[in-house]
Amino acid sequence: MTLSIGAKKAIDVAVFLFLMFMGAVSIFVTFAIVWVLVVDTVRFFTHPEGGGFPTSIIRFFTETEWTPTFHNKQIGIWPLLNGTFLIAFISMVVAVPLGILVAVYLSEYASWKVRETVKPWLDFLEAVPTVVYGYFALLFITPILQRLLEPLGVPVEGMNALSPGIVIGVMILPYTASMIEDAFKGVPQYLREASYSLGASKLRTALLVVLPAAKSGVLSAYLLGFSRAIGETMVVAVAAGMYPQITANPLEPIQTITGYIVQVALGDLPFNSFEYLSIFAAGSTLFIITLILNSIAVYLKSKAIGY
Amino acid sequence: MEQSVELRKEVETRLKEFDVQAYTISVRRKDAIFEIVGIVATILVMLFLLVISLDLLIDGWTRIKDGSFYTSYPSRFPEEAGILSSWVGTIYVMAGAIFWAVILGIPAGIYLEEYGGRGTIARIIEANISNLAAVPSIVYGLLALGVFVYRFKFGESILTAGLTLGLLMLPVVVVSTRESIRRIPRSIREAAYALGATRWETLFHHILPYSLSGILTGLIIAISRAIGETAPLVTIGALTFIAFLPPEPWENFIGMLLSPFTVLPIQMYNWVSRPQEEFHTNAAAAGFILLVIALIMNSIAFYLRYKVRRKYQW
Repeated sequence: MTLSIGAKKAIDVAVFLFLMFMGAVSIFVTFAIVWVLVVDTVRFFTHPEGGGFPTSIIRFFTETEWTPTFHNKQIGIWPLLNGTFLIAFISMVVAVPLGILVAVYLSEYASWKVRETVKPWLDFLEAVPTVVYGYFALLFITPILQRLLEPLGVPVEGMNALSPGIVIGVMILPYTASMIEDAFKGVPQYLREASYSLGASKLRTALLVVLPAAKSGVLSAYLLGFSRAIGETMVVAVAAGMYPQITANPLEPIQTITGYIVQVALGDLPFNSFEYLSIFAAGSTLFIITLILNSIAVYLKSKAIGY
Repeated sequence: MEQSVELRKEVETRLKEFDVQAYTISVRRKDAIFEIVGIVATILVMLFLLVISLDLLIDGWTRIKDGSFYTSYPSRFPEEAGILSSWVGTIYVMAGAIFWAVILGIPAGIYLEEYGGRGTIARIIEANISNLAAVPSIVYGLLALGVFVYRFKFGESILTAGLTLGLLMLPVVVVSTRESIRRIPRSIREAAYALGATRWETLFHHILPYSLSGILTGLIIAISRAIGETAPLVTIGALTFIAFLPPEPWENFIGMLLSPFTVLPIQMYNWVSRPQEEFHTNAAAAGFILLVIALIMNSIAFYLRYKVRRKYQW
């Protein structure tokens, strides 16, 4: 089939416009996310049950309890933030050392063959559904913690922050480790060779040459992992409990922002009710936090290209 | 002067005392120790995966081997409850999600790589997509709840769920499309242009066929993540007690799209969060099935990637 040149040109333009339009849809999606969060958050803060515009914002940042679903409505965000950051912090305690160890091993020590065998399994670990991790935290890790700590006289609640924190740490590990590895890969080979030629060992080279050179890439990987731990939902919804409180004790039940959204969404949710709007206010907070973390990570990554 | 002489003497004595051999041995030992620690850490991570799989398999074995588990609806009685409505729901929802991810993601990827270049629009879209990739999945759930469920009035339906998961898959599909197109050398395009092909002819006759398996790999990885995705679907209020199947699409397509649904991960979440232990057995069985699906998907993706690597060596 032969087309005239005019028809071909017309198709060319049509295909171009179609592709560009589809590309632009992603911008609409972003706008829709921001729009829905802003509109419903504004409605939350102007809702009479929260005390109207200026009062509700002040209450949001000054009260110390979060109970928008109760009769006595308190709307202080701090308990949810406390839970969210407590879990994210615990997960980083697991993910930071393990991530750097796995990444250094895979990129500097392991043979090509080992690397090629390990990486698909890390990919698979990333594809394990989060609700499965939740099951594991609740019914495997928590009983182990109880058996380990209770003989020492430390009470461990059935719902606690520690076990989902540990599980999320392992969960974000493949993601962080592979990003750290990418950062290591970006370090030019001649830096390693220079180090080896001066007699440095592999360990010295990895820790004193490669790691400093890949510093901003590593930091950005950790920040993205942290942001993922903050946004993680199902593990905390299953295993962390539903009790928003300000505490530093990881063995007590807490609630995260994501956990709160799930809890409310599971119930019956009349459109525009105070409860309905409260999950958008909580969601906006989450969105802003992750956006800031991601922006810093992207900035750090852009700084990394220096060779 | 005197100082420098003293310093030199000290350095010399130190150098004499310095045991090169012992130092080398200690450095090598440290190196070996670190390597072992690295291996142990890596094995530990893999072991975690093994323990999860075994835990689910052992806990859920009585239900996994039971054929009626796959053919019954959820029930108040744990030993009668099954996953029929949830696996059927998963298939419908994923069909929708794949449709949206393909329709939106692949053209966007092609645009960015082939047409966008360094233009402003392309750069905005690019930055935007990398931002979307980092948005927590539950925020997509809020978007779906606020926009699709209440403002577009799609309700808590298969249509809403498919759209939501499709948008969630979008960044992965776009990025993998771009990467597999980028791998095709310029010379292929130039050869096509030299023979008088237009851009779209080059695209459809050369670029797309060569990058197809790469795009497919990315799509499968995106699917394997979306299947297990629970949070955004919980947010839109997916019902968990569904004792019926959606109408068949060839009979009532709109009815199917607007039908309530449940999916495997939500069914599993529902069972985990119940206090009765008998339901936890069901949850473990459902979890194991999800794990097997993820494993199969990842194996296909791995195989495709391996094949691509061997087939095209530019």
